[in-house]
Amino acid sequence: MAPIKVNRIGLEPQVYKGGKTTLCAGCGHNSISERIIDAFYEMGVDPKQVVKLSGIGCSSKSPAYFLGSSHGFNAVHGRMPSVGTGAMIANQKLIAIGISGDGDTGAIGIGQFVHLMRRNLPIIYIIEDNGCYGLTKGQFSPTADVGSTLKTGVVNDLPPIDTCALAVQLGATFVGRSFSGDKKQLLSLLKAALAHRGTVMLDVISPCVTFNDHEGSTKSYAYAKEHDDPVEDMTFVPFFEDISVDYEPGSLQEVTMHDGSKLLLKKLEEDYDPTDKLNAMKRLHESARRGEFATGLIYIEPDRDDFLTQLNIVDEPLAGLPLARTRPGPEALEEIMEGLR
Amino acid sequence: MSPTDLAAQEQRKTADKQRVVNDFSIQVATVNGSGSQTANMVLLRSILMMGVPVSGKNMFPSNIAGLPTWYTIRASKRGYIARRKEVDFLVAMNAETAKEDVLTLEPGAAVVYDEPLKLSGLRNDVVFYAVPFDKLVGSVCPDAKLRRLVRNMIYDGILARLLGIELSLMERALAKQMGKKAKAVAMNVGALKAGFDYAQTTFTKHDPYAIEPMNETAGKILIEGNAAAAIGCMMAGVTVVAWYPITPSSSLCESLIGYMKKYRIDKETGKATFAVVQAEDEIASLGMVIGASWAGARSMTATAGPGISLMGEFAGLAYYAETPAVIFDVQRVGPSTGLPTRTAQGDLLQAAFLSHGDTKHIMLMPATVEESYTMAMQAFDLAELFQTPVFVMMDLDLGMNNWMSDAFTYPTGPINRGKRLTAEKLKELGEWGRYKDVDGDGIPYRTVPGDNLPAYFTRGSGHNAKGQYSERPDDYVENMDRLARKFDTARAHVPKPVVQLNPEARIGFIGFGTSHFAIEESRDQLVEETRVETSYFRLRGYPFNEDLPAFVDAHERIYIIEQNRDAQMRQLMKLELSPERVSKLRSVLHYSGLPIDARSITDDVLAQEGFEVAKKTVSRVSAGSAGGE
Ligand SMILES: Cc1ncc(C[n+]2csc(CCOP(=O)(O)OP(=O)(O)O)c2C)c(N)n1
Ligand code: SF4
Ligand SMILES: [Mg+2]
Repeated sequence: MAPIKVNRIGLEPQVYKGGKTTLCAGCGHNSISERIIDAFYEMGVDPKQVVKLSGIGCSSKSPAYFLGSSHGFNAVHGRMPSVGTGAMIANQKLIAIGISGDGDTGAIGIGQFVHLMRRNLPIIYIIEDNGCYGLTKGQFSPTADVGSTLKTGVVNDLPPIDTCALAVQLGATFVGRSFSGDKKQLLSLLKAALAHRGTVMLDVISPCVTFNDHEGSTKSYAYAKEHDDPVEDMTFVPFFEDISVDYEPGSLQEVTMHDGSKLLLKKLEEDYDPTDKLNAMKRLHESARRGEFATGLIYIEPDRDDFLTQLNIVDEPLAGLPLARTRPGPEALEEIMEGLR
Repeated sequence: MSPTDLAAQEQRKTADKQRVVNDFSIQVATVNGSGSQTANMVLLRSILMMGVPVSGKNMFPSNIAGLPTWYTIRASKRGYIARRKEVDFLVAMNAETAKEDVLTLEPGAAVVYDEPLKLSGLRNDVVFYAVPFDKLVGSVCPDAKLRRLVRNMIYDGILARLLGIELSLMERALAKQMGKKAKAVAMNVGALKAGFDYAQTTFTKHDPYAIEPMNETAGKILIEGNAAAAIGCMMAGVTVVAWYPITPSSSLCESLIGYMKKYRIDKETGKATFAVVQAEDEIASLGMVIGASWAGARSMTATAGPGISLMGEFAGLAYYAETPAVIFDVQRVGPSTGLPTRTAQGDLLQAAFLSHGDTKHIMLMPATVEESYTMAMQAFDLAELFQTPVFVMMDLDLGMNNWMSDAFTYPTGPINRGKRLTAEKLKELGEWGRYKDVDGDGIPYRTVPGDNLPAYFTRGSGHNAKGQYSERPDDYVENMDRLARKFDTARAHVPKPVVQLNPEARIGFIGFGTSHFAIEESRDQLVEETRVETSYFRLRGYPFNEDLPAFVDAHERIYIIEQNRDAQMRQLMKLELSPERVSKLRSVLHYSGLPIDARSITDDVLAQEGFEVAKKTVSRVSAGSAGGE
């Protein structure tokens, strides 16, 4: 018998799988689940330390389909960020991954999304973006492009919300965009996301084969393939691997991540510096103006303090502190009482 | 006041009235934002230091500066600390309301007023003392910019002299109130003395009111219910707090932050054993609380009615997914924005059933600051024991007013963290299901992320005993029935009612929360004035227990006294009591936004009992409201 394949913490790929998907065959969301499984396996993340969070929607169902041995919380529509925030404050040793939809984030959940980005909470927040409400049968979502049509022919007149631009502007420290069909890029982004400490916001174009994959949709497989506009060619080198990559001198930007992993970014046709906020915003808008969507690592700020650091909480998880450390002694109460007499 | 004024007043009957010692109320009418709070607190505390039972209530507008505000201090040798409708001693500082304030006084009352208001001509059956505040403040405070801050301290000095409060006690109260700000203390002491001296040299006392030393307050503290609850939360070991500012709950979280910063910072590392997050709204507050308690932390939020309304969907999630949450509802007047700075008990039905579907919640109802403290601790135990939201139903009167109380006692015994699965328990059970009723009490065992025990997928959608997604009718019914069973188990765990059974009583009172003090006083009034005996059932928790039907059975008629329009507690009781019992229920309802008072209860009950009721005293507090809510 061939030796069983295990990752660096000795776990088999099987451990990273989840329940059988109940989403439509061909749904982009399923491919994203697969990449998540690959990334967590390859990075050797302990599933026992992972919490999977989501709102409501087809996309939000997907945490049931990966990392079956991790805790999951399928919360209410649009409000997963607050649940994730509470969980991470309770136990900052956890690794949080949140799955949302473009409706879950861009419509009902835009408020919580905005504040999550501002706080730079350590969480990987993924929008599985199909430009529509899958679960309620195909209505437009706030990320639908102007002029894109529903199957029924209804045209969308309102400008889309660019969740990446929002995230960059609001303070997320790792912002990327990808396409569920781009295995390589998505996997690199996910692995890099695991090496980052702070809010990772990934908007992943994830076509809805049932309601939004027709001609006239700008979130279909065909459209996504044609209009994908990568900002760089990215190679992720985890801290535990020793890989040397050959590139022409001057064509490569190297970013060192929180855990020591490295991102090697090869310039494509024009210079792109993902540590430059202004540059990132400009590029997002430029691609959009051409009817394309910029993909890859759009923005990164590797060193900013995350929310939990700012809260200055003790090193141990708050959830596990014994009463002796959370109940002040009788002298404290007496002092308070004396002040009130 | 001119000497002729005084001379004229000397003729009046009021001066001959018998002395009224330690049993009257003082109302200070000012403009909000004028810094009267310190002066009022000093007055309150100095009466307490005289050994006289006292209470203080702030009737303030929802506004930052410029609108009328009234502070009422009641001294009561018998220990009654409910609001009293009648004002005996008025301090009129607000030009806008002064006239009406004076006109609504009872005959025989006394008025200290700002001289330019020229009030003395308004009536001849009350005693007037005119004080040139601006002149006096000019002499103690050369810096014109600071005068506003010390001006009010002058009326404290005047009252000290007129009522017989020892000036040295007032100075001590002032020092306590102002803390270490030596310069500010000195300036305020100057103002106190200026007032005292002015009264001494100018006034002959013509009113009957006096404070005399008693020995009823030794060791007592003065504290707001919100601060008391905050101490309880800290002692309960809360670690995660999420909140969004709203009157009248903000000071709960704000005092909690203050206490935690002092007592919950790790000595060695300087790091906090807690986290407080000011969330983006109340939806997020409760979401954070749910996430934190799901991950095993003791976690809470505090809000008022509008926040409770927003929390609906999450409250249902916590009920159905079974995550603990402690929610303080410091109730104010609704509906909608309502009267944001006035008190009510109007969120009962909404909290009891918050969220869609068959949802019901545990509620605790503290009446006193001491119970705010103890029930805060109980709330965390119950939330974790029952893995469900627990609402602590306070109100503005309790939360934001200062109450006299015995000092709080240090909690003894361990806390209850509920049924957490352990490796041993797992071995014993063989197989674990997140929502399985192992013990027959409806309460399942739970695991939390990071504990290395089996994980589960938490969801607000249908699930079976194993926590798996299910839309099967039998799974749904089984789970809902178990939740009902769990709720029934809670009946024996929420705080028991405090019952005073009077064998001579044919009628029983049921009350809860801050109505308590007015109810006690009303019961005395009923006996003393009309020989009507009553029993009293002070409800402290929901769901109800078997004491409730027993109490109803023991009486011919039951008056449920509550501070809302729609008899919300009576509605809740109707859902559980038999038709015969329901037919005994009557209501005493008070919903003006002012704290309930004994006279209103007494008159209402007597009227319903068929007595002639002499007259209804009208309460006078009307204020505009804008912004700041
Ligand atoms: C408060 C509330 N309103 C509405 C819904 C109905 N609803 C469920 S999913 C959904 C939209 C989901 O769209 P999206 O987040 O884009 O997810 P997708 O299904 O497209 O993956 C809506 C409106 C709900 N569950 N809760
Ligand atoms: S409806 Fe669309 S989004 Fe939902 S599962 Fe099917 S393909 Fe995916
Ligand atoms: Mg969608």
